[in-house]
Amino acid sequence: MTETTQATDTRTQGRSADRRMGRFWSKLKRNKAAMLGGLLLLLYIVTALLAPVLYPGNPSAPNLMKSLEPPSLKEPLGTDELGRSILGRIIYGSRVSLLIALGAVSVGLLLGVPLGLVSGYYGGKSDFMIQRVTDTMLAFPGFLLALALVAVLGVGLKNAMISVGIGMIPLYIRLVRGCVLSVREEVYVEAAKAVGTRDRVILFRHILPNVMVPITVQTSLMMGMAILFAAGLGFLGIGVQPPTPEWGTMLGSGRAYIFNAPHVATFPGIAIFLAVLSFNLLGDGLRDALDPRFKL
Amino acid sequence: MLQYVIKRLLSTVPVLIGISLLLFFMLRMLPGDPAQVLAGQMATQEDIERIRHQLGLDRPVYVQYVLFLGRLAKFDLGRSARTQNPVIQEVWARLPNTMLLAGVAITLACLFGIPAGIISAVRPYTWLDYLVTSTALFGISMPVFWLGLMLVVIFSVMLQWLPAGGMGSWKHVILPSVTLAAFVVAFIARMTRSTMMETLSQDYTTTARSKGLQESVVIIKHALKNALIPIITVVGLQFGMLLGGAVLTETVFAWPGLGRLIVDSILARDYPVIQGAILIFGLLYILVNLIVDLIYAWVDPRIRYD
Repeated sequence: MTETTQATDTRTQGRSADRRMGRFWSKLKRNKAAMLGGLLLLLYIVTALLAPVLYPGNPSAPNLMKSLEPPSLKEPLGTDELGRSILGRIIYGSRVSLLIALGAVSVGLLLGVPLGLVSGYYGGKSDFMIQRVTDTMLAFPGFLLALALVAVLGVGLKNAMISVGIGMIPLYIRLVRGCVLSVREEVYVEAAKAVGTRDRVILFRHILPNVMVPITVQTSLMMGMAILFAAGLGFLGIGVQPPTPEWGTMLGSGRAYIFNAPHVATFPGIAIFLAVLSFNLLGDGLRDALDPRFKL
Repeated sequence: MLQYVIKRLLSTVPVLIGISLLLFFMLRMLPGDPAQVLAGQMATQEDIERIRHQLGLDRPVYVQYVLFLGRLAKFDLGRSARTQNPVIQEVWARLPNTMLLAGVAITLACLFGIPAGIISAVRPYTWLDYLVTSTALFGISMPVFWLGLMLVVIFSVMLQWLPAGGMGSWKHVILPSVTLAAFVVAFIARMTRSTMMETLSQDYTTTARSKGLQESVVIIKHALKNALIPIITVVGLQFGMLLGGAVLTETVFAWPGLGRLIVDSILARDYPVIQGAILIFGLLYILVNLIVDLIYAWVDPRIRYD
């Protein structure tokens, strides 16, 4: 009898999850801005994956004979100070920027979400300690924190990724903690506790799935922020180092030629702008489709 | 109110301790000898030994931290490895320039962002609303350093109306502050729109309208007044973003501020100055948040009694 009831419950839950997913998709599909964001992002991902096919040459190989050429049919976005194709470098740069964004957000997620869960669920001393550390990190605007960390860790792709990622940890902690505080009072959490379920299981199997909506939305928006921060570090010369094609670094070196060859700095900037815009459009759309309560 | 101010001041103590720990361990996380790092690359062995003794680096870590706190309380952060000037002097000289830029930018952002958000909320789902929301989204997605460069191309190179960089007359302030404000204005407009839409749908707004009050009075005295708290919050939070953005903007426009000092110091590995500038940025941010909290209590008396 109990088994039959459980089976029926599982089927009902499955159907309700399917319905929720269906509603989410139809809402997201109706949101033109989010679809545009999704398409742009898809374009970036395809560009990053197919970079060697789209630009068969070496994007870092200099050719001083072609230095600072304006956009033409042969070189649609022109060349930089070392005669390298700006289009080729933007194509390869999409790999670097997406990699940094993924790496940085992973650092934020992997450390911020568990700490937020513990802080919100257990409360007490652990909450106090985690929140004071969070307060301290939040006392520095994200980009400044990344700058301070780069000053300690040194320049380069890996360090830029870690520095930007660490700046995201307190944002995830605050978000997850806030959500857990409301979810931990729910009946199903009480029920799980009553039947003696271990805390770890409650945290990861009962609470975490119920705070995934804000985490998903935040992650999409954070990806855009990570690209902006990493590009900012590159622009200042303390992020990814040349000759690696990174959009911010390209923009930074193009700054010196802004008066006689503005195209060198213009196109990498457009690439950064569109990439960040795609994540922001998608993030806004996901928020509206997943839960309108989070609408700004 | 005094009790609230004291409570709020006390709540900054753990953060201040956190900042001091962060700065203290910053140098110890570096590979190599902190005394060598602080003395700079050109220092002699004698200089390094003198700094090691002065800073107590030959003593236990907890004693070092207490000594560090003592120096911090006196704003003594040592000397710049590059210029040999006291760090506080270097930082202090740049601070007014950054504050000027940040002040003009936040004023511009409020002047444009709040009215744009109100217009958008009052005429939702019209072309005006779409214009505001999409411009705001563009503003949030745009790299501030790229926008700055594009403004230089248009207004300095093509039109030759404004100087491309440096500091001097009021004309020098325009491009960097507009660049810095662009990002913040977008956030303020978005937040104003969403909170105004909420307050405009509240019962008290309907009541105000049904009393026959003028629409402008309903919007400003009833809806906007109640939407102010989240708007003030976002302005306060954006001040932090502004400080971060100042680092990039000051670099684009060769503006001699604190942000530019940090970048130069990172590139020169001048750690005492990096520490000093980061400390000042942290303190500024805490101070702004404190002021924001006090404004809350002034705008909404309920907060004081919470």
